[in-house]
Amino acid sequence: MGKFTKKRGKSTPAISTASLPDIIFMLLFFFMVVTVLRDSELKVNNNVPQATELTKLEKKSLVNYLYIGRPLKQYQATYGTKPRLQLGDKFSDVTEIPLFLEKHRSSVPENQRPGINSSLRVDGKVTMGIVTDVKTELRKAGQLKVNYSAKPRAK
Amino acid sequence: MAKKSARDRMSNEVNAGSMADIAFLLLIFFLVTTTIDVDKGVLVKLPPWSEEPPEVEKMKTRNVYSVLVNAQNQLLVRGEPASVNNLRDNAKEFIMNPRKREDMAEKPTKAIISIKNDRGTSYETYLEVYNELKAAYNELRNEEAQRKYGKEFEYLTREQQREIRSRIPLVISEAEPTNFGEEN
Repeated sequence: MGKFTKKRGKSTPAISTASLPDIIFMLLFFFMVVTVLRDSELKVNNNVPQATELTKLEKKSLVNYLYIGRPLKQYQATYGTKPRLQLGDKFSDVTEIPLFLEKHRSSVPENQRPGINSSLRVDGKVTMGIVTDVKTELRKAGQLKVNYSAKPRAK
Repeated sequence: MAKKSARDRMSNEVNAGSMADIAFLLLIFFLVTTTIDVDKGVLVKLPPWSEEPPEVEKMKTRNVYSVLVNAQNQLLVRGEPASVNNLRDNAKEFIMNPRKREDMAEKPTKAIISIKNDRGTSYETYLEVYNELKAAYNELRNEEAQRKYGKEFEYLTREQQREIRSRIPLVISEAEPTNFGEEN
């Protein structure tokens, strides 16, 4: 006992910073877990409308994203200003939807496949024409669970 | 000599001071490159596709709540111009029919809400209308849950939720859109 008290008395009272990295690492891991790296670069204007009856999409791996909107300024020369569909990170035609869905489906374990959701991220200013075409194509492909992405609005 | 002895004493401990800096760098990297993506939306279930034309089922007009949205984003509810603002309350009254009116749904299980839009309708309007109708159903279910169990719908057990769902089934049917105002 005497030994310990003697030692403490001698050393200069400095706060140990050894646990600081651990704290920072904890923060780091927290951010790594909660954040998602955006896998695709948006090429269309995508400002989703507001709604109140929202459901949260739980498992990110079970969701595929379909973006619909007018092409951004720098792409308008090549793709025009009509609303377009974007799958992954390129402009696509509605006929490419089945293949896109199939690609995503194959990356999901078989027992989780019934839980696959399609998130439609549609710009608010787009007209329903293209949205209807996409919906029809989704129905034909058997992807019936659809989520119209929206921002929360105060009730 | 004094120096050497100092180094000897230090050598059995790795200096962990710079670990924090390294971790900080990583942390800042992740903070900058990632976006917290809140992914929320209105969940819908599409009807399965079939090649054959659907069977024409004759409904009593009193059981159908038709909502039409044209290319100018105007609403026609049961044959009369309407606004989105009171759509929710009107739909609720139609489904429950508390005053047993002749021109409203016989009972909630028979009520059908039908939406028809144009290819020129703006998505914003469409989603707003859909949201209001869904909200009407959600509110009704909540009220029912409050009355029967004294709790919000989402806090009920699965059995209780199923029971209320069967009592007030969500039936929103979407007709093939018209094509009058498609933009070019």
